Amino acid sequence: MKEVFMRVIFLLTACMSILAVALICIFLFAKGVPAIQQVGVIDFLTGMQWKPSNEIFGIFPMIIGSIYVTAGAVIIGVPLGILCAVFLARFCPDSLYRFIKPAVSLLAGIPSIVYGFFGLVVLVPMMQELFGGSGKGILTASILLGIMILPTVIGVSESALRAVPNAYYEGSLALGATHERSVFFVMLPAARQGILAGVVLGVGRAIGETMAVVMIAGNQPVMPNSIFSGVRTLTANIVMEMGYATDLHRGALLGTAVVLFVFILLINLSFSALRKGNAK
Amino acid sequence: MKSKTKTDWKQRFKTYRKHPLSGILFLLVILSAVITLSTLIALVAYIFIKGIPHLKPELFAWEYTTENVSMMPAIINTISITALSLAVALPIGIGSAIYLAEYAKRGNKLVSVVRLTTETLSGIPSIVYGLFGFLLFHEFLGWGYSVLGGALTLAIMILPLIMRTTEEALLSVPDLYREGSFGLGAGHLRTIFRIVLPSAIPGILSGVILAVGRIVGETAALLYPAGTSATVANGLMESGRTLSVHMYALLNEGLYMEQAHATAVVLLLLVLGINALSALIAKKVGVKD
Amino acid sequence: MTNKFDISDLDLYYGDFKALKNINIQITEKEITAFIGPSGCGKSTLLKSLNRMNDLVEGCRITGNVLLDGEDIYGDMDLNLLRKRVGMVFQKPNPFPMSIYDNVAYGPRTHGIRSKLQLDDIVEKALRDAAIWDEVKDRLKKNALGMSGGQQQRLCIARALAVQPDVLLMDEPTSALDPISTLRIEELAEELKKEYTIVMVTHNMQQATRISDKTAFFLMGEVVEYGDTEKIFSMPKDKRTEDYITGRFG
Repeated sequence: MKEVFMRVIFLLTACMSILAVALICIFLFAKGVPAIQQVGVIDFLTGMQWKPSNEIFGIFPMIIGSIYVTAGAVIIGVPLGILCAVFLARFCPDSLYRFIKPAVSLLAGIPSIVYGFFGLVVLVPMMQELFGGSGKGILTASILLGIMILPTVIGVSESALRAVPNAYYEGSLALGATHERSVFFVMLPAARQGILAGVVLGVGRAIGETMAVVMIAGNQPVMPNSIFSGVRTLTANIVMEMGYATDLHRGALLGTAVVLFVFILLINLSFSALRKGNAK
Repeated sequence: MKSKTKTDWKQRFKTYRKHPLSGILFLLVILSAVITLSTLIALVAYIFIKGIPHLKPELFAWEYTTENVSMMPAIINTISITALSLAVALPIGIGSAIYLAEYAKRGNKLVSVVRLTTETLSGIPSIVYGLFGFLLFHEFLGWGYSVLGGALTLAIMILPLIMRTTEEALLSVPDLYREGSFGLGAGHLRTIFRIVLPSAIPGILSGVILAVGRIVGETAALLYPAGTSATVANGLMESGRTLSVHMYALLNEGLYMEQAHATAVVLLLLVLGINALSALIAKKVGVKD
Repeated sequence: MTNKFDISDLDLYYGDFKALKNINIQITEKEITAFIGPSGCGKSTLLKSLNRMNDLVEGCRITGNVLLDGEDIYGDMDLNLLRKRVGMVFQKPNPFPMSIYDNVAYGPRTHGIRSKLQLDDIVEKALRDAAIWDEVKDRLKKNALGMSGGQQQRLCIARALAVQPDVLLMDEPTSALDPISTLRIEELAEELKKEYTIVMVTHNMQQATRISDKTAFFLMGEVVEYGDTEKIFSMPKDKRTEDYITGRFG
C-alpha cells in the first residue's frame, strides 16, 4: 500500500515539470497572443516603430537588436571559447588545469548583474574613449555577452573534445602529423557536433540575457545603423517597461516575451536534436 | 647514457619552423586561454580593488534608509528566498529524479515528455520566468509583490538543475547495492530511502549548491514577482529584494555607485564561496559538473 | 640483406618500472619480423618505441640506441619525419570519422601535398596496395566508419601507406578481426613486404609462423630469443621459448 502510494507521489512530482511548462505557456500565450492579434501579427513583428504613448507597437527593431548582439556575442565568444576548450582538453598541463578549470566555472557563476555592472563601469567608458559616442551599443553588448557565453561554449566543447577517442589522435600522430594538426584536423572535426551543441546553448544564453544587456546596449528602440548604435533587445524591452505598462502596452510586452519564448524553443529544439545526433 | 623524454621547447620550436601552421595554431590556442583568463582576472580584480574601500560597516546595518542604503535586509531576503525555493524545489526535484531513475521503464512515453519539458525549462531565460511569476503569483493569485511568489518562481527555475544532478547521482549508484538490498528482502521504497538515496547525497548536494548559485545571482526573474522593497520581508506575502536585485536597484537609481561597488564585492565573494564549496564536494565524490 | 633498425642496449622505464631490459636486435629490411610473447611482456612497448609513440606516455624514459638506417631516432631526427618513415597500424582499426578518401589523403595533405590530381593518384595507389580499392572505389566520399572492421583495418593500412613509409609497424593488427579478415590482412602483409619492412606484434603464434621471416620472443621485458622464425619454432634454443610455443605457459 505504502509502496503504491509513494510511487504515485513520485510520479506526481515528475509531472510537475510538465505542469510548469504548461502553465508558463498558458499564461504567456493567453496574455500575449491576444495583444499581438490586436496590434496585428504583421504590424507587431515587422513594425519599425515602438511608441507606447501613441499605441504603436512594432518590435522589429528589438528582434534585430537581439539578433545583432547575439551574433556579435557568437563572433567574439565562440572562436575564443572553442580555442580555450582545445587548450583545456589538449594543451593544458595538469598542474595548470587545476587552476584554470575552476576559473572557468567561476566565470559561469558570476551573476549577470555583476557582469552588467562591470560592463557599465569599465567597458562603456573604454568604448567611449576608443570610439567616441555614448559607449553603449551593439559592439559593447556583443563583447560582454561574448564573455558571458564563454563558460558555456568552453564547457560543452571541452567535454565534446574529451569524448573523442584518443585512437584518432594517435592515428594522426603516427602518420607524422604534429600535435596541433592532429588536434585541429582530426579531433576538432570529430567533436564538431558536440561543439555545435555548445554554440547553440551559448546562443540561447545570449539571446535570453537581460540584466547585463540592459545596462550597456543603449536601449533605443530604433533600427541600428552601425555597430556602435544603441539597440534594445527583446529582453530589455520587457524588463524596462513592464513595471509601469498598462493595457495594450502591457499586452505588447507580453507579446514580446512570446516572440522571445518562440526563439528559445527553436534553439532548444535544435540543441536536443544535435545532442541526439551526437549520442548515436 | 642519455635519457630521452618528451619533446622539449627547443624541439617544439624547431617543429614550428618546419610547420608554420602548427605554430600559428599553437599561438592562437595559448592566446585564447590567456585572453579568457585575463578577462576573468581583470573582472575580479577590478571589482575587489574598486569595491573593497567602499565596504563600510554601516552598509551592514539592520535598517535600510535613504541615507544609508544598507544591504543587510537584502542579504536576509536572499537567505529566506533561497531557503524557500529549495524547500519547494528539492522534494519535487528529488521525487521526479527518483521516478525517472528508479521507477520508469525504458522507452516510457511519460519519461520522454518529462525530459523534453525539463530541457525546455532549463533553456527559458530568467526574464520569461519573471514575467510568468508576475502573471501567475502577483496577478492571477493576487499575491502582489511577494517573497513567496519570487521563491516559487525561482523554484521552477532551478527544478531542472536539481532533477538532472539528482538523477545523475542516482544512476551512478551501482546496481549491486540495489540487488543487495532486494536480496535481503527489502522493498523498493526501503531500498531507495535506505540504500540508494544516501549514497547519492553528495551528488544531490552539488546540485543544490549550483542551484544556490543561480538563486543568489538571479535578478530578472525576481524583479516582478518579488518586487524591490529594500526592507526585510516580515512575511511570505511581503515584497523583498535579494542582493542581486538590490544591486540592480542601486544602479538604476544612479545615486549609489559606491554602494553598488560594495554590493558587487559581496556578491562576488558569495559566488566564490559557492564555487569553492561545489569544487570541494566534486572532489569528494569525483563527479563532474 | 641490410638492417633497417639497429636496436642496441635499449632500456625503457615507465616511471620506476623497467619495462624493457637491455634489448639488442636488428630488424632486416623487406622482411616480416614478428614479436611474440605473453601479454605485458613488452613487445608492444618495443614496437611503439620504434616510431616514438611512447613519447605520449607520461613518465616514459628510454636509454640506449635505436638506429633507423644508421640514424639515431632519439637524437636530432625530426619526430614527424620519423613517423612518416615509420608508419603504424593499430590493434583496433582507427579510421578517422571522415570520408574514406579524406582518411587516406590525410597523411599526404599533412606533409604538404595540395594538388587534387596528385592526391587522387596517391589515394588510389594506397588503396590498391592495401587491396581494398575494388571494394571502396565507388564510395570514396562515404564515411569510413560505415565499413566493416576488416575493411577499416585495411583502410588504416592504406592510410599508413599513403605517406610512403619505409617501415610498417603493426600492433596486433588482426586481434579485433574475424578469421576471414585476418587472413586477408596476412596475405596483404606478405604482399607488402616486397616493398616495406614490416614489424608485427602478434599474440597468435600460428600467425607468426605463417607469415614472419624472423621472430623475437619476449618475456618480462627481455628478448629471450631472436632469429629465423623457422628455427625458433622448430628448435628453440631457450627452454622458456620452448615452453611458450608448446603452450606450457602464460
